Amino acid sequence: MSVERALEGTGGWLDDRFHGARGFRVFFRKIFPDHWTFLLGEIALYSFIILLLTGTFLTLFFQPSMTPVVYHGSYHNLDGVRMSEAYASTLNISFDIRGGLLMRQIHHWAADLFVAAILAHMLRIFFTGAYRKPREVNWLIGLVMFTLALLEGLFGYSLPDDLLSGTGLRITEGVLLSIPLVGTYLQFFLFGGPFPGNDIIPRLYIIHVLLIPGILLALITAHLFIMFHQKHTQMPGKGRTDTNVIGAPMYPYFMAKTGAFFFFIFGILALGSTFAQVNPIWLYGPYTPVGISSGSQPDFYMGFLEGSLRMSPSWTWDLAGHTVPWDVLIPALVPLGLIITGAALWPFIEQWATGDRREHHVNDRPRNAPTRTAIGIATVTFYGILWLEGANDVIADHLDISLYTTTEIARYAIFIGPVVAYMITKRICLGLQRKDLHMLQHGVETGIIHQLPSGEYVEQTRPLTEDEVAELDVRRPEKLPIEAATSAGGVPPRGMRGGLGRLKLAANKVVTESVPIETHGNGYGHGNGHENGHGEHAALPTGSDHGTDEADDGRNGTPGSHA
Amino acid sequence: MTPLSFTWRRRRVARYAVVVLGLGLAGSVYAAITGAGESSAATAPTTMQQQIARGQVIFQQTCATCHGLEAQGSNVAPSLIGVGSAAVYFQVSTGRMPLREQAPEADRKPPQLTPAQTLAVAQYIQSLGGGPTIPTPAQVSTSGANVGLGQELFTADCAQCHNFDGAGGALTNGQYAPSLNPSTPTQIYTAMLTGPQAMPVFDDTTITPAEKRDIIAYVINTRNTPNPGGFSLGRVGPVTEGLVAFLGLLFAVVLSAMWITAKHRKTTDE
Amino acid sequence: MSDPTAPDDPAGAHSGPRRVIGTPPPAQARSLMGDGAGSAPPVQRELPAGPANPVRAKKAERVVAAFFILSMLASIGFIAAYIGLEVGSVDAVFRSNLALGLSMSVAFLALGFGAVIWVRHIMPTVEITEQRHPMRSTTEERQAFNQTFTEGAEASGFVKRPLLRRTLIAATLPLAVAPIVLLRDMGPLPGTYLRHTVWRKGLRLLNYGPNTPLRPADFSSPGGMITVVPDGYQDDDDALAMATSIIIKFQPGVLGAPTHMNWTVDNIVCYSKICTHVGCPAALYDEQEHHILCPCHQSTFDAAHGALVTFGPAPRPLPQLPLTTDSEGYLVAASDFQEPVGPSFWERG
Repeated sequence: MSVERALEGTGGWLDDRFHGARGFRVFFRKIFPDHWTFLLGEIALYSFIILLLTGTFLTLFFQPSMTPVVYHGSYHNLDGVRMSEAYASTLNISFDIRGGLLMRQIHHWAADLFVAAILAHMLRIFFTGAYRKPREVNWLIGLVMFTLALLEGLFGYSLPDDLLSGTGLRITEGVLLSIPLVGTYLQFFLFGGPFPGNDIIPRLYIIHVLLIPGILLALITAHLFIMFHQKHTQMPGKGRTDTNVIGAPMYPYFMAKTGAFFFFIFGILALGSTFAQVNPIWLYGPYTPVGISSGSQPDFYMGFLEGSLRMSPSWTWDLAGHTVPWDVLIPALVPLGLIITGAALWPFIEQWATGDRREHHVNDRPRNAPTRTAIGIATVTFYGILWLEGANDVIADHLDISLYTTTEIARYAIFIGPVVAYMITKRICLGLQRKDLHMLQHGVETGIIHQLPSGEYVEQTRPLTEDEVAELDVRRPEKLPIEAATSAGGVPPRGMRGGLGRLKLAANKVVTESVPIETHGNGYGHGNGHENGHGEHAALPTGSDHGTDEADDGRNGTPGSHA
Repeated sequence: MTPLSFTWRRRRVARYAVVVLGLGLAGSVYAAITGAGESSAATAPTTMQQQIARGQVIFQQTCATCHGLEAQGSNVAPSLIGVGSAAVYFQVSTGRMPLREQAPEADRKPPQLTPAQTLAVAQYIQSLGGGPTIPTPAQVSTSGANVGLGQELFTADCAQCHNFDGAGGALTNGQYAPSLNPSTPTQIYTAMLTGPQAMPVFDDTTITPAEKRDIIAYVINTRNTPNPGGFSLGRVGPVTEGLVAFLGLLFAVVLSAMWITAKHRKTTDE
Repeated sequence: MSDPTAPDDPAGAHSGPRRVIGTPPPAQARSLMGDGAGSAPPVQRELPAGPANPVRAKKAERVVAAFFILSMLASIGFIAAYIGLEVGSVDAVFRSNLALGLSMSVAFLALGFGAVIWVRHIMPTVEITEQRHPMRSTTEERQAFNQTFTEGAEASGFVKRPLLRRTLIAATLPLAVAPIVLLRDMGPLPGTYLRHTVWRKGLRLLNYGPNTPLRPADFSSPGGMITVVPDGYQDDDDALAMATSIIIKFQPGVLGAPTHMNWTVDNIVCYSKICTHVGCPAALYDEQEHHILCPCHQSTFDAAHGALVTFGPAPRPLPQLPLTTDSEGYLVAASDFQEPVGPSFWERG
């Protein structure tokens, strides 16, 4: 067979030099669990690759220079207008290079998709608890990449030096100036002098095409390597434990699927770039500090910063010859700082509050971690309100709401919204848990109604399949074993004494709040307590007693004697 | 059976015939009395005096309830003495006047008066107190205009309210700068000239007629420029782009991910 | 294990019997014992050779092939569109973008569809279990590492010789700081640059765009507003970023304190256009309410009363430029702004 001959020939040649047989075999047999949410990170990865490819094309034609020129090119509406070379070269790419506009649009849409996918992926990781040990470092790497992606996009769409993005740079200048002590120096150093100067576009260019992509490539490599080394997490299900991983092997399955996914992403981006115009810089005009357009927004991923700047009240300190403009500092630093710092610390806070130091390789269903999910939704609400406020003038114009009213609403909503979201989400999660528990105890309702000889109507339930049981029957977050560890004299165990200890206990109570899986030792109550008056339920298969908690302490969600 | 000719008044159809006849009579009388507008459309007055006179009539019927019989204004409407025919032309041809309801801002709506009627009222108001006049066709023609200068002026003085593409934008207190897409060149000119409602006044010595022509040429050209990149998404900017990125691109990609990882149906495979 | 120079020997000179392609065993989950740490090649087949339903697979194969051929045609179409379609005008770019984009989309999507159908219907379904090892190394491994590390540290002398250690650290510190120092020449020191603009006494106000000077009589309609720049600086973006201003004409009796009336000419007042929040042009002017609205973050200034802030995040009113007229009657600045324009900064005071 020719496959065998190729393996002998080329394969042998390589192996002679690289000792690759074992390593590649491990690589080829790597198991990848299958769930569509596991592909969200790949969307970001492939968008990044597409950005590299289209970006390289653009660098062949773009001039990162602020030298003023007078335009006499193909776009006649700007004939005779003074503009920078950067802007003129972008017009050139759009109108005088074949495929130029397509590449520009794919590049911009891919950047939008890149950040959107990172957000979706980050939320998936958070809500399924995939950041827990041993993946905390990967979570932190992800957060760094998220921040870099935001900057990369901001710098990238500022390169054409058009009116919209130039206004964004103006705002950046204003934010830099507001920083106490060093603000003016930072601004002058970044811009090479006063705004706008001649240096900012070439400097952003090199940061955008070399520095940040280089760092991102290194971080992506580390991120993927760690994921490979630790193996991917898996969704709860039959046979899935913290000590195995079930799925299909890398070769040929995962390679084929991921390759197909790459083609889909590229194809969808190309389709979007054919039919949806993005960043039409010829309509904005070149940047001038004299003019501005109504409805000026940054790209969506910077929208939350824009919103926080809009909703801030005017608050400034003038003390002893110095000015501290809180109306700029607070919106620029606080929301982003809160979210990134909170996200970075969360895995460790959760570990501290739950006392849970085990490895976790099976994902949580969000409902099974009600506090975590509620905090996550509250953060999403916070972010979302900032985002909406960033578009408030467009919203006011299109939905006929008074402009000031949108800001007033946002100023209250930013505090009330997350709190309400937390409370509602937590209740929903607990309710869903109760529903799951009900299904575990009573089986799935089939909708078939029987009438008993006594005249009573009952609904027939069917027993859960093994797959369904495995999904629902998962360990609940445990309270700290404080009673067991408290000494006879009433002294709490070490680590739970004093103020911090009491805080930890309170945190533990909140974070582990969950509907318990009851009566474990009795096998969900079937076999006990179901004979009296409950005989009509088609009981779960008898004989599958689950043993006791102590017996399967390495408990991993697998019902005891099921295969 | 009685002969038909004497008993038709007793048939049911007679009732309807009477009603129709009555309505027709009433309508004709009414039209004869008030139909001066419709019937005179075919024979428009040709002299300025006739126009002014006709304009006065229309004004008193349509505008005087708010603006006063002498156009002197009232507590619900400003005086029109000195606003000029340009202002009247703008307000009436865009349908903003007659005003439908008291609101922070008058909306554009289908005009209530015909172009001839509008012109007549405009001349009447002009005759009362002077003011800026309606531009000539040459003044609003876009051929030979300096579009680049128009772009610079538009960016410095218009885009901040009307948006880079003339798509409009929000102002304070429920007011807004409307989209320029439905506006004719003359409407744009007269709007600049008279500064309706919240809009500042750009008179002919501040922005000269030639410069106004350049601005109009830029606006019209931009409006007529096709979107080479696909659908324009409203030419609103990154807000709609962000929506498309999530609801269009990410959604489509997620759908394909769901298909790629979907479990097989159990019927044929294991 | 096999000799690469041996001729292909169907009698089985190389390791193991040849695989037989035929009816695959019933597809079952197979456990991989261990993770391949063993060096012996697997004797038992790990993956089924073909799908469970060969008939459906054959049909699927045709579908996949059709998709791949479609993709090939689309790629060829892309190349043809590139060669055949010109650009150079908006209409031409529209056509070119449509053709190139559509062919590229079809090329990729068809490949994607084909690949997915291939995986789902031609590759047999498998579910394989792989065991995980705890991430934590065994105690022996840790001890061995610790020993290696400690021996190496001892051998290097780093731990036992504080003089070496401390001088090494002392040597690296300035070296680490040096790259930061190298950034110093990225820009000049700000000095007092931000306190002044280029406006000075006698400098004419130009109507930006046509760049013509203005007399009060040219700007005489109440409710008028226009952007003005200093004469000679209309192409200097650095100067414009601080000096751009707007003039507004009022009806008599409307302008009042804290507007400096002696800085106005004929009820024409001049304010800086640079918003005091973060520097966007504060340019929307509502002539009925005489509000200046900045479109970036909706700071609102009352133009009739010293551009005081009435809403939004701006901390200070827009600075007012003193105006007067020159000998030829044109509007000129009487001096520079009397306070720094634009966003706040630490040294502003």
